[in-house]
Amino acid sequence: MRKLFSFFLAFVVLAPAWGLRVRAQQRGNTSAPTETLIRNATILTASHGTLQNSDILIRNGKIAAIGQNLKAPTGARVVDATGKYVMPGIVDCHSHSMLDAINEGSVSVSSMAHTRDVLNPTDPDLYRELAGGVTTLHVLHGSANSIGGLNTVVKIKYGRPLSEFIFPGAPLSIKFALGENPKRSNFPALPGLTRRYPETRMGVEETIRDAFTRARNYKREWDDYRAAQARGEKNLISPRRNLQLEPLVEVLEGKRYVHSHSYRADEILMLMRIADDFGFKVRTFQHVLEGYKIAPELARHGAGASIFADSWAYKIEAYDAIPYAAVIMTRAGVIVSINSDSDERARRLNIDAAKMLKYGDLTEEEALRMITLNPAIQLGIDNKVGSIDVGKDADLAIWSGHPFSVYARVEQTYIDGEVFFDRAQDLARRPELLREREQLERAEANRPPAEGAQPPGLPRGRRPAYGHDDDEAQIDQEDNH
Amino acid sequence: MQIKSSPLFIARALVCFALLSFAAPFIARAQQASRTMGPDFMDGVPGTYAIRNARIVTVTGAEIENGTVVVRDGRIESVGANVTVPAGAQEIDARGLSVYPGMIDLGTSMGLVEIPQGASGTVDLQEVGEMNPNAQALFGINPHSAHVAVTRVNGVTSVLSSPQGGIISGQAAFINLLGSTPQAMALTPDAALVINFPRASGGRGGEFFGLRQQGNISEAITTRDRQIEQLRKLLRDAEAYGRAQDAAARDKNLPRPNVDVVLAALVPYVRGERPVVFRADREPEIRGAVRFAEEMKLRLIILGGNDAGRIAPFLKEHNVPVIVNGVLDLPPLEDDFYDALYENAAKLQQAGVRFCISTGDTGSSVRDLPYHAGMAAAFGLPKDEALKAVTLYPAQIIGMGDRLGSIEPGKLANLVVTDGDLLEARTNIRYLFINGRQVPLVSRHTELYEQFKNRK
Repeated sequence: MRKLFSFFLAFVVLAPAWGLRVRAQQRGNTSAPTETLIRNATILTASHGTLQNSDILIRNGKIAAIGQNLKAPTGARVVDATGKYVMPGIVDCHSHSMLDAINEGSVSVSSMAHTRDVLNPTDPDLYRELAGGVTTLHVLHGSANSIGGLNTVVKIKYGRPLSEFIFPGAPLSIKFALGENPKRSNFPALPGLTRRYPETRMGVEETIRDAFTRARNYKREWDDYRAAQARGEKNLISPRRNLQLEPLVEVLEGKRYVHSHSYRADEILMLMRIADDFGFKVRTFQHVLEGYKIAPELARHGAGASIFADSWAYKIEAYDAIPYAAVIMTRAGVIVSINSDSDERARRLNIDAAKMLKYGDLTEEEALRMITLNPAIQLGIDNKVGSIDVGKDADLAIWSGHPFSVYARVEQTYIDGEVFFDRAQDLARRPELLREREQLERAEANRPPAEGAQPPGLPRGRRPAYGHDDDEAQIDQEDNH
Repeated sequence: MQIKSSPLFIARALVCFALLSFAAPFIARAQQASRTMGPDFMDGVPGTYAIRNARIVTVTGAEIENGTVVVRDGRIESVGANVTVPAGAQEIDARGLSVYPGMIDLGTSMGLVEIPQGASGTVDLQEVGEMNPNAQALFGINPHSAHVAVTRVNGVTSVLSSPQGGIISGQAAFINLLGSTPQAMALTPDAALVINFPRASGGRGGEFFGLRQQGNISEAITTRDRQIEQLRKLLRDAEAYGRAQDAAARDKNLPRPNVDVVLAALVPYVRGERPVVFRADREPEIRGAVRFAEEMKLRLIILGGNDAGRIAPFLKEHNVPVIVNGVLDLPPLEDDFYDALYENAAKLQQAGVRFCISTGDTGSSVRDLPYHAGMAAAFGLPKDEALKAVTLYPAQIIGMGDRLGSIEPGKLANLVVTDGDLLEARTNIRYLFINGRQVPLVSRHTELYEQFKNRK
């Protein structure tokens, strides 16, 4: 009894402390004041030009005020950004970070598969992306399927539980793919693997049209059922749920955005025709490297274009890609974003945007929007992120110089007003981390085995850096993990 | 106006007409490409140019705030604030512009691959087999590859183009990115022998569509050591072969050994007359390559060098130059610091190691070279060193430091005239000279742009 009592006492005394500790850990290194004042920066707003010597006040994760000589509320963290630049957090409209699997490649319509189920919040590339000023990712299913899986929009809240990554209220999203990948042209037919329909662009068209025909029928079954219910009919049997077709019904109802991987102009026109026939819009074409050849058609459909800055010639359908695509499509009235499709390239999207200044006559703000506001619009989250405006989420990065300069570095990255990357802190932790690494290397379990013992297996490589989702190694990477 | 109508004139006119109609397509193309600058930009006689009122970044000497560069017969004739412009020189007013030496990338396979996926007919990267010293890049380089013009209009004027694959991949060619034949492009046709220094890994390829070859470390080490031994034996054979050939040449009584193209290709390299490029990224391979090269008395250059920064003092001690080509790669280990490769070049520079920066790209992204150097500069490499790392240093490392890499009288006129810092992504190239020829700023990309920019 006494034992039980002392246990109870200990619990009462320790529990709050334990609770605090957990909370402190969840918050990461920052003590997370609710208010932050960033002082005297050059602010690239992405929505209303460049502000010199200006301040940003962050309160409760939102941008509360922008202006000169703002007063720091008591207890606020004050960051002197004299000589530094602030820009909105970069929104990468095409990422495969965090994914432990990328393609459900066994079928050509894999709309039942959801990336949300395979997200890994501890992927170290996330931190490297934060260090490049990126705050939001559109995490996409792969491009092996004419109609692919469901995508997830995340904020890179590295160090937090997965649930905190999911972008609140982001519109639903699905991946489509056209051309060489869904027809599997760059993947050798291996013994034991059955060839998969489709194998031509004709088959890709038919696959998508067939799926939407089925989705429309399915929707009608449910509509009839619900109408009968509404009429008060008794003893109704509901239609059987179809997890493959449900997301396509959402597309038909305008509740889910279609983001379609694409290369050639003709296949882009093809998907817009299908969309017109079934009464939906393609939200963005991804890659869309020949989109510049049909810029007016894209603009008329209202589709966005999410492209590479200047990648080209890595396969046949990418041979006509040109870095002038952004300016041609922008001038035609298409909303253009520049994406990475690569954990590596995501770290330097600022330079990809800077390149756009010399390929055509884009202004600095137009180029900046291609990695901030425009992708936010394409994802339907521009009411929250993508520019530095009062009321928006405080997702931004402080740079040592103009972010379009190759010599600039990210100093701090904020999401919802909290610091998720801080170069000074990163540098300060290094001696400790190096010591820890050395200790681990010396630890018994990691030493080479004694003579004669079973040699250890080769160390498993980290997940290979995910390059273009068109790389031939695509399937390998998926199968490894 | 007197009209001649002698039979001779008619014959002449006919000949002229025939010649013209034969040459017409070429002339038309050259004119289309060059517009204002004459048809000789590729093969003709280089002109005489004076680039005036320019800021001149000489790289080797002091920067000249307002000066002139005179280009004649393919070379830089004079540079300075007060330079006499030769009569008849084409003058280029470069007020507000800067002149830089053209950039050089030693880690490419330019011209050996057009489209790597789905078009194997355009891929000439690697030969079958492990030991191919007689595979010469120059014989695979396509001078009309679209990558050549796309790269040069961004200011990269010379590259080392290397074969890949096997253990001895072949011989690399050092080329200018201009010329209608590989030979016209070549600065050094057989500039270096390229070797993938054997590494202990899960076996070549490692994985086959997800089926991981389950190796173990002992086996991997045995394989690696066997490969190094094969390499050693082949190089020793080449040494012996060279001595035997020499001896036979000196003494006619000796039997002349049969010519062996593989061994013959290796002789200049085992004699240290030309450099050997070892691809090596991790510390064990870099150290292994250094030891091996010293044992075999090779002129070693490391290509790759992801771990080079970590062992910079060792590289300095052994005086090994490094072509750093992974600045923009993701750090190789999960627990590496995020900027491990960004700051790799700075570490080498601080330790006094000879180095240069390369994209390591086969072709399509070689034009990104300035941004690789720029990133290194954002992470500790002084700006002037970053510029040298893509101009003077690669020229020196490939043995062309006296002919390229800076703006000095007598050097080849590979020049880039810009409206800003050469390494900045937003900087525009305004004029380009390679081998003293003014090169039009057109490429597959500008042509497609012109074709589609006004489509309604």
